[in-house]
Amino acid sequence: MNQAIDGPIDVTGQDGARLHISGLFIAFVSGLPQLLFPLLAAVFGARKSDNPALIPIMVAAVLALSLFYRWLIWLRFRYHVGDDDIRVEKGILNRTARSIPYERIQDVSIQQKPLARIMGLSEVKFETGGGDGDDAKLSFVTLDEANRLRALVRSRKAGVALVQNISGTVVSEDAETLFAMDGKRVFILGLYSFSLVIFAVLGGFAQQFDFLLPFDFWDLKRWVGLAEDSGVRVSTINGVGMAGQLILVFGAFTSLIFIGFATGVVRTFLREHGFRLTQTSKGFRRRRGLFTLTDVVMPAHRVQAAVVQTGPIRKRSGWHSLKFVSLAQDSKEESNYVAAPLATLDELWRIAKAAGIDAPNGEEGLHTGAKLHWIIQLALLVPPLLIAMAALLIFADRYLAPILFLSLLLGIAACLFWCDWRRYRFGLDAQQLYLRRGWWRQQLTLAPQIKVQSMEIAQGPLARRYGLASLKFGIAGGTLEMVALPLSTAQAIRAAVMEKVADVDYSAINQSR
Amino acid sequence: MTDDAPPELTPLDPAFITTSRIATALGLLPFVIGAGVLETAKLLPPGTFLVPMLLVYAFVAFTVPARKYRHWGYDMGTGRLRVVRGYMFYRDTFVPFGRIQHIDVDQGPIDRRYGLATLTVHTAGNHNSTVALPGLAYADALAMREAMRAAIRQETL
Repeated sequence: MNQAIDGPIDVTGQDGARLHISGLFIAFVSGLPQLLFPLLAAVFGARKSDNPALIPIMVAAVLALSLFYRWLIWLRFRYHVGDDDIRVEKGILNRTARSIPYERIQDVSIQQKPLARIMGLSEVKFETGGGDGDDAKLSFVTLDEANRLRALVRSRKAGVALVQNISGTVVSEDAETLFAMDGKRVFILGLYSFSLVIFAVLGGFAQQFDFLLPFDFWDLKRWVGLAEDSGVRVSTINGVGMAGQLILVFGAFTSLIFIGFATGVVRTFLREHGFRLTQTSKGFRRRRGLFTLTDVVMPAHRVQAAVVQTGPIRKRSGWHSLKFVSLAQDSKEESNYVAAPLATLDELWRIAKAAGIDAPNGEEGLHTGAKLHWIIQLALLVPPLLIAMAALLIFADRYLAPILFLSLLLGIAACLFWCDWRRYRFGLDAQQLYLRRGWWRQQLTLAPQIKVQSMEIAQGPLARRYGLASLKFGIAGGTLEMVALPLSTAQAIRAAVMEKVADVDYSAINQSR
Repeated sequence: MTDDAPPELTPLDPAFITTSRIATALGLLPFVIGAGVLETAKLLPPGTFLVPMLLVYAFVAFTVPARKYRHWGYDMGTGRLRVVRGYMFYRDTFVPFGRIQHIDVDQGPIDRRYGLATLTVHTAGNHNSTVALPGLAYADALAMREAMRAAIRQETL
């Protein structure tokens, strides 16, 4: 059996090195908190028996088991530093052999936690741009070995880097201001950021801290009582008449709307005050913020795609926003790099151009989706609605109103699908991919074809029947999915993009400057 | 049915049917045991739980893997790996060698018994960041890994 396990793994003929055995101890100690529950369970289970000696035995057994498990992991883990790649083989039963080519290693990080530091060990992480973030970790090796590995990777990459610098694009050296927003622009943006979030926040606070309040916040009767104490009576409200009630409702709405706009403006000023995007030798540099000033640099070559967004109202005044898609996360709320929150199209294309992304040539080359795609989606809604109607006819006394309501739902869905179809455009030119979608949040995604990571043609059962397909592009940090294409179109686009992609290697597009 | 797979695709190793059957059979065993337990409780006439369960079990564990096998296929083209899978939900994926971040070759206990392996390539894209190709002969998987690695190396230099 042992032979069967070890047999195939050595096919590569490379033994590789084991991790440092003392790492076992560190892993064991740092894993102790996880053992708390098993230990408690063991103690609890042993407590009932008459023999008090059982408790330490159980504890020892749990600890020994954990140590044994970690020893097995250690035993089955090997890494090998090869000529072209670093290989890691691991797994007790499920064996995984991972190969990381030197060209793909973006960063080697060496980490020393306190315990490891005492023992002169360190953890080495090889970071690649892999989408799932789970690359390769050697925990633990001696610090010397860690430094040796890092030096090795750097020297292997150095040759590559030299080649890339020659073919890199030239970025101007002086910091040129690409885009800035004055107070007026920030104010306009604030108006578009209408938000009633303040009520949610207040409500949340009230719920969280209601034990601090001297009364029950959610007691409606108390509020009514409070109002009555200050002279307002239900009869008085009833007594003000129709006009009075209307004025009250109107007042309530106006204050709500005012609060909504005020929140939007204040929040926007806090975040966007003094917005300035400049182009430096390192890439885009963005400074903004009223109290907490942020200063974020984004290398231009890291930009994987651009997203131009607008809404039905702001579009009338010509306002759009521009974001860059990359593997980095911009802030907590925003995963894409905000390059311009509120800009005219002219300003915006100028920024995009600096990132190597060109404006589409009008509507030319953009295609509408096959209507059938939306019709199928709508048709899928019909059976459940019909069943609901049938149920109403059979079981309800008054079925007319609910049935009208259900038909109305179908009508609304049809309208939404129609709007979606009308706005939807896809297309490509010699360099870029385009995708426009959404009638409320109108988004145009532009991606250079050479930055595409993978392509997938997908067909569901119904789509397959009608020869429709969707084409999903893997973009680092974002998604781009074309839907409602005839299968042949999808295949043609894929072939065209494949031709562009095959010429350029990943490390060349993402490291060159 | 077999004609559905485009002719240029390489099928998986036939042993994939067996390993897939074993894996599904083991994975669904708890349900059969559960049905057996319900049966012994004698809530309903004998066989109400066990018979349909066994039929479904036989179908899912025996017939489905063979169908699944027929709809898998791959192609190592010049410069890209193509993985095709699924009939109802058809997926046809291209991964250019130039975009591969790293490559895994996995072997589970059942795979090892039959000399199979799963090849997984990782890309930087959010969508399809991992593309897995199961049911390859272990030696083939290793050879494919070497070929892709060589391609990456060549393109960079």
